[in-house]
Order: sequence, then C-alpha cells, then structure tokens
Amino acid sequence: MIGVAQDLWLSLRRALETLGSMGLFLGRMLAYIPSALLRFDLVVAQIFNAGALSLVIIMLCGLFIGMVLGLLGVDLLQRVGSEDALGAGAALSLVKELGPVTTSLLFAGRAGTALASEIGLMRATDQLSAMQMMAVDPVKRVCVPRFLGGVISMPLLAVIFSAIGIFGTQLIGVQVMSVDAGAFWSQMRAAVELQDVMEGVVKSFAFGIACSLIAVYEGFNAIPTAEGVGRATTRTVVISSVATLILDYILTAVML
Amino acid sequence: MTSAQSAAAPRVGAADAGPASDSGVAGDAIVEIRDLYYGVGHRQIFEGLDITIRRGRITAIMGPSGTGKTTLLRLITGQILPDKGTIVVDGQNLAHLGRKGLFDLRKRMGMLFQNGALLTDLDVFENVAFPLREHTDLPERLIRHIVLTKLHAVGLRGAAQMAPGELSGGMARRVALARAMVMDPGMLIYDEPFAGLDPISLGVVLRLIRQMNDALGITSIVVSHDVQEISTVADDSYLLAEGRVVASGSPKELHASKSEIVRQFMSGMADGPVPFHYPAPDYTEQLLAREKK
Repeated sequence: MIGVAQDLWLSLRRALETLGSMGLFLGRMLAYIPSALLRFDLVVAQIFNAGALSLVIIMLCGLFIGMVLGLLGVDLLQRVGSEDALGAGAALSLVKELGPVTTSLLFAGRAGTALASEIGLMRATDQLSAMQMMAVDPVKRVCVPRFLGGVISMPLLAVIFSAIGIFGTQLIGVQVMSVDAGAFWSQMRAAVELQDVMEGVVKSFAFGIACSLIAVYEGFNAIPTAEGVGRATTRTVVISSVATLILDYILTAVML
Repeated sequence: MTSAQSAAAPRVGAADAGPASDSGVAGDAIVEIRDLYYGVGHRQIFEGLDITIRRGRITAIMGPSGTGKTTLLRLITGQILPDKGTIVVDGQNLAHLGRKGLFDLRKRMGMLFQNGALLTDLDVFENVAFPLREHTDLPERLIRHIVLTKLHAVGLRGAAQMAPGELSGGMARRVALARAMVMDPGMLIYDEPFAGLDPISLGVVLRLIRQMNDALGITSIVVSHDVQEISTVADDSYLLAEGRVVASGSPKELHASKSEIVRQFMSGMADGPVPFHYPAPDYTEQLLAREKK
C-alpha cells in the first residue's frame, strides 16, 4: 500500500515537473515570437507542413464523420418526427465540438508526430548542437516557427473540417435520405450563431497551442537515440490526445 | 594524481617547444584549460586536466575511445560546464560569460561535427549560407558569392543544389567544413574529421585542414584517434588517458616516446597500460557460474 502511494506520489511529482518545465519552455518561445514574426517565411513554411499537408486527412475524416452524423441524425430524429432539425444539430455539434476536437486528435497524430520526430532527429543527429555552435538558438530558429505554424493551422483546419462535415451530413441527409433541403439549411442558419462559431474557434486555438507545444517540447527534449525519438513521438500523441479532451471539458464548461 | 603532477608528467621531448608547459606561451594561447574536473554520474571523465592551445597552430587531441575527447570539445565550446577548474578561450573565462557573450564567442569559432550535422531541411547551398543569413544582412548576391567560394574550396560547388541525404559521408563532412569556415572564424574545431572516410576523402580533408590553417592563419583543434593521419598535419599534440594528459609534444616526439602508454597508443597495441578488457569478474568463474549474471 505504501509502495503504491509512493509510486503515485512520484508519478504526480514527475508530471508536475514536466508541466513546470513545459511552462518555462512556452515562456521562452513566447519571448521569441516578435522576432519570429519578422521572419514570417519560416512560419509560412511550417503552416504548410502542419496545415496544408494535413488537409487531405482532415477533409476525408470530416466528410465521413459528417456522413455518419447524417445517417445517425436522420435515424434518431425520425423517431421524434423532427428530421428537419438535422442541419441545425449537425452544424452545432460539428462547429462547437466535433470539428475542434477531432481536428486536434488528427493533428496530434499527423502533424504532432511529424514535429516531434523531426526535432528529435535533429537532436539525435547533432543538428541542434550545430546550431548552438553557430550561435543560433534552436528554440528561436526551429521550435518557435513550428509552434506558430501549428497554432495558426489548427483553427483553419477545424473550420475546414466542420465545413466538409456539414457537406457530408447534407450529402447523406438531403441527397440520400430525402430530408427537405430548405428545412436543412434554414434551420441551420436559424440555430447557429456567431458565438457558436467563436466557441469552436477558441477551442481549436487552445488545442493548437497545447498540441504544438507538446510536440515541440517532446521533440526538443527527446533522448538522442532511435528509442528516445520513438518514445517522444508516442508521448506526443498520448499527451496531446489527453490534453485535448481535458481542455475540451474545461472550455465547454466555461463557455456554456 | 594531482594537477601539478599531471601538468609536469606528460611532457615528451623536453628540448623542443611544446604546447603545454612552456614559459612565454600564455600570451600566445587561444585556449587555456587549468585544473579541470568533469564527471557524469559516478564516472569522472577529467581529473585535473591542464591544456594550452597555441594560436595559429594545429593541435591534435588524441586518446583511446571513451577518454572524453569529444567532451573536451564540448567544454571548450561552452556546451557544458566543468565541475571545477577554468577554461579561458580567446581571453574570456567561459564560466563568466553570459549567453550573449558565449554566442558572440561562438561566432568566432567554427566546429566540424563527427557526422557533419548538416541541417536536413536545407540543401547544401543553404546549409553553408545558414550562418550568414542568421548573423549578417549581406545582400543575396554577396551571400551567393561567399557560399560558392567556400564550396569551391572544398570541391563541392557542383553539389550546391543537392540535399544532405544525397551526399556521401565524405561529401557531407566537406560541406560541413565549408559551413564551419563561412564566417571566417579565428578557430576551427574538428571532431573526428577522418572517421569513416575513404582514402581520397581523407586526403582531401587533411589537405584542407593544413591549407586553411596556413592560408588563413586560424587555430585548429583536431580531436582524433587516427594517429597516422593526424600526425601528418598537427603541430602540437596531447594524448589523453584516464582523465588527464599523459603526454604532449609534437607528433614526432610522441612517436619517439619511451612511455608505455604513449607507445601503446601510437603503435596501436591491443593491450598495455590501457587494458583491452573492460573491468570484469574472473573469466573462468563467470563461465562456470550457474546464474546468467
């Protein structure tokens, strides 16, 4: 029993230490953001890497999740005789919840792992040490543009995910299962307000900060071996996914 | 052994001017290491190390694997700090330098890493241009001119558009050399520059080290355990073992040394003062033991 308590205490302490170290790392990156914005070409390249290269997977998943919503939504709403509310229900769930959360989980799996492994490999192959020897701070040159690229990409990806998702719902609900098109779109327009859209944008922005920070931090602090880089990549996916869901609950509770 | 002993013991060929213990060398020194102690965990890597590296010369740091040669370079470049002792580089004590001071000092140094450490997201041209783009506001035309000049010096002007992944080990090392000298540093540090090179690349790198030193008047520190190769270009040399300098002098002096440890290293004998076997329990007992460990 005492052993279990000690293990728990050690795990908690380690988690708090990591959180503190991550906070300091974030502070260091924030201090470099003004100078990073002056070299925006580096950030644009990372928006391409994290955002544009994730587009296909985001659009594909958005389409299929929207189609599933269409199928299940029609089935459920028909039972209570209100299938006309399909558009409003799907749009609200996509914009406020499914869009930001699923995008964040997909981002962690694609862009997050790519970031962590890329920076980890740079550490393992002495590229970060070489930068330091050239009097260039790797946090400024490598981490900050990648962090900003992720933070900027995430809300854009979430918006695209939601839009494609609504298209998927419409495809199944209206085109296949004969829900009235006019009712679908008009109910959606009546139900979805700017505040709902902003809620989704705020969430995806917060997820973007969390996922990008975790990926960059894990890569930068990876043990410089093949195993260490692999572990950093795995930790990126696991921690980002858990952080996304915890943050989602907190933000939903705050913005209700 | 005390630091005083380690400083006194290693000198080989006392008649000739040597690197470490000469009087009048201090003003000529670009790197001075005194009474250096450094350890990792329970393992003590350096115990009272004293080294003086003279300006404008090629100094070889030699020693068996695991003696801390690369660690010494990391200490000289301020990547890690010693547990005790002082390191003065170009008149500046590294312990008293802030981050900015350290970065300013590094702008006057170039370092060639063991594996080249080229930035994999940039092509050869951009790798060499990297320090110029980070530290200067030179016009693009001038950057292009400087980069092509440096690449021409290492014979790789034609590879400017290649990606690091397309280069052989020797080519990557030469590109890294071009990058290390693109800011015209006063000191160039080479970490195992000959490891894994074919004879042609090896000859090219050796010639480049000598030529750059003579033509540009820079100081070169070469860490290597390739005795024959390094002996052909080094002016001074230090032999490290057991956390200290066990011999110093010109490569010729080291070759002529009667010291057992120096002879073992210089002639590549498997066993001697530096044991072939890592400390282990009795061989027979271990073979006959039932348990795996």
